[in-house]
Amino acid sequence: MTGYSTLNIWIIILALGVGTFFLRYSFLGLVGRRPLPEWALRYLRYTPVAVLPGMVAPLVLWPEATGGTPEPARIAAALVTIGLGLWTRNVLLSIVAGFATLFVGLFVLF
Amino acid sequence: MTQDTLPPLRTSFLRGCRASLPFVLVILPFGLLFGATATEAGFNMLEVLGFSFLVIAGASQFTALQLMSDQASTIMVIITSLAVNLRMAMYSASLAPYLGRAPRWQHALIAYFLVDQVYAVSVADYETHPQETLSHKLAVYAGAAFAVVPFWYISTVAGAVLGRTIPPEFALDFAIPITFLAMIAPALRTFAHVAAALVSVTVSLLLAFLPVGSGLLVAASCAMVTGAQVEKWQTRRRAR
Repeated sequence: MTGYSTLNIWIIILALGVGTFFLRYSFLGLVGRRPLPEWALRYLRYTPVAVLPGMVAPLVLWPEATGGTPEPARIAAALVTIGLGLWTRNVLLSIVAGFATLFVGLFVLF
Repeated sequence: MTQDTLPPLRTSFLRGCRASLPFVLVILPFGLLFGATATEAGFNMLEVLGFSFLVIAGASQFTALQLMSDQASTIMVIITSLAVNLRMAMYSASLAPYLGRAPRWQHALIAYFLVDQVYAVSVADYETHPQETLSHKLAVYAGAAFAVVPFWYISTVAGAVLGRTIPPEFALDFAIPITFLAMIAPALRTFAHVAAALVSVTVSLLLAFLPVGSGLLVAASCAMVTGAQVEKWQTRRRAR
């Protein structure tokens, strides 16, 4: 991994490992058996859907592999993946179809 | 089977295994993909294994990988990747009524193996077998973890080995966006989820000029508040 020292990489891995462990351990071991308040549950419910779309959007529109210019093959692949995911709710099928679209776009069409 | 003659623990363990076995089909490709993309990004085998053994959480591992490819600062990588795992605190809270009475060392083991699939399988089983004892519940959990988690390690290693042989034209850089989009789409179950996702995308694009990762943190916070508020308004309107 360029740009990170070996020590830096292991700091990241260990911090993620320990942090994730304590998120998983939190209510089982530390907080006891008190149920979570309703408002806290409400926020936690939306974490994946709050973080992941924001991370993906610039990668789809401005991919680094093309030097940041939008590229039809990647945008088409993203649209097919979302569309199929919404329609079939099948994660694996959406990934396969997304890659198929990307490769058709990269190697055949453009 | 009657209420007072419970099955042996082995039966519960095997039931947990059987229920989570289909998820191996989900875990294998994700592990392969993580191993391959991490290797392409320049991580060595030990580092790839470090992620899969110590973190065992696909989405946050992919998040860390992506942010590190973008040269985000160490602290940004850690905070954002952990934010993806906040849902696991919710899993922990929902398991507590069933497994909270187990001793501390068992809590630690339960926590280590608490991945999406093991959680889903165990809670579903506890709801359908409420008469079983704590030992039976732990056996189900152990079975569910035993059937899927080893495949996460194995497929990551396999992916790391294969990753070296995949040529760059195959655009593996786009594996992460495709994987995340495929995971997000089925999660857009309600209007609140859709609203949160849209706010996340909009704010993140608007703040793209900020140092890598910091715009995303602001976007994710706005999106969480949006999701929670929309849900609150909707429940209030329904109550009327």
